[in-house]
Amino acid sequence: MSLFSFFARQRSAPVARDRLQVLLAHERALSGRPDLVAILQQEILAVIARHIPIDQDKVVVKLDRGRQVSTLEIDIEMPDEVLAKS
Amino acid sequence: MSQVMVVTSGKGGVGKTTSSASLGAALAQRGQNVVLIDFDVGLRNLDLVMGAERRVVFDFVNVVQGDAKLAQALIRDKRVDTLSLLPASQTRDKDALTEEGVEKVIDELREKFDWIICDSPAGIEKGATLAMRFADIAVVVTNPEVSSVRDSDRIIGMLDAKTRRAEAGERLDKRLLLTRYDPARAARGEMMKVEDVLEILAIPLLGIIAESPDVLTASNMGAPVTLHAPASAPAIAYAEAARRLLGEAVPFTAPGQRAGGGLFSRLFGRKAAAA
Repeated sequence: MSLFSFFARQRSAPVARDRLQVLLAHERALSGRPDLVAILQQEILAVIARHIPIDQDKVVVKLDRGRQVSTLEIDIEMPDEVLAKS
Repeated sequence: MSQVMVVTSGKGGVGKTTSSASLGAALAQRGQNVVLIDFDVGLRNLDLVMGAERRVVFDFVNVVQGDAKLAQALIRDKRVDTLSLLPASQTRDKDALTEEGVEKVIDELREKFDWIICDSPAGIEKGATLAMRFADIAVVVTNPEVSSVRDSDRIIGMLDAKTRRAEAGERLDKRLLLTRYDPARAARGEMMKVEDVLEILAIPLLGIIAESPDVLTASNMGAPVTLHAPASAPAIAYAEAARRLLGEAVPFTAPGQRAGGGLFSRLFGRKAAAA
């Protein structure tokens, strides 16, 4: 164990505080409302599904909640034969 | 004017029942008429912590359903005669308590007691919402640990939305009781400090109960720690919290330190007053 990891392990309290502050800022904003992220995800997929068939198993959704900016990443695999037909 | 006080947390195992018993006993030791109500239907435990488990005949559900009179179900404490307990039922029927029934019992208790302390079950289900429903003051019991702080934040949101006072636009007094605090680990940066939790939850501080073997010993013996070991650190901290509930300006002392109005006390005295 390096000296750095020794100190990193000891000072876990600031990490806990920062993680909570980011998480609770999001949870408070969402309390009482349906999850905006879930709505966005559904509607974006519905728009794409109007044009090409989507295999739900080939959709990867990633969410990263940050202090200033959150990112919603929707990764949809579009096989070439589907693109060729449309 | 009687006060209905809910002791709540969201998360289980943080010390709601221990704190209900200790705060109730501490208030009763100061001459207040106190009744403790166990809202944890199906998992009653306040009777055990209070050492009254062999004296339970009727319970809260019997009273709500009209099968027993309130006076028959109340158990008077053998050590402090101004302290009473209304035990929870062991029934598995989760709908045994109704809002109307609980309101009727609380109204009746208001006539006889200065403090009606509602020991909430864990979770955010019906039992927890009923326990907070009629509260004038809420004690949010929190451990300096991420899941407990998150759940406390959720409970504070519910206190601001789902209580009678909140719905009527009245003020609900919310206070933080930080339990199982380890000042040495906090000083080493291994545990969130009191000020970290206060900053995140943003409600005034009622007290800090340091981790202590005396709490388990007291519960083993079936006595609130304020009665079992009055000179112990947790008993002193609970007694000070009780005095704050009675409106006294008791300075905050860091657990493990002697009282003396140092920086710590000034910091939290100001925070508690400002909030």
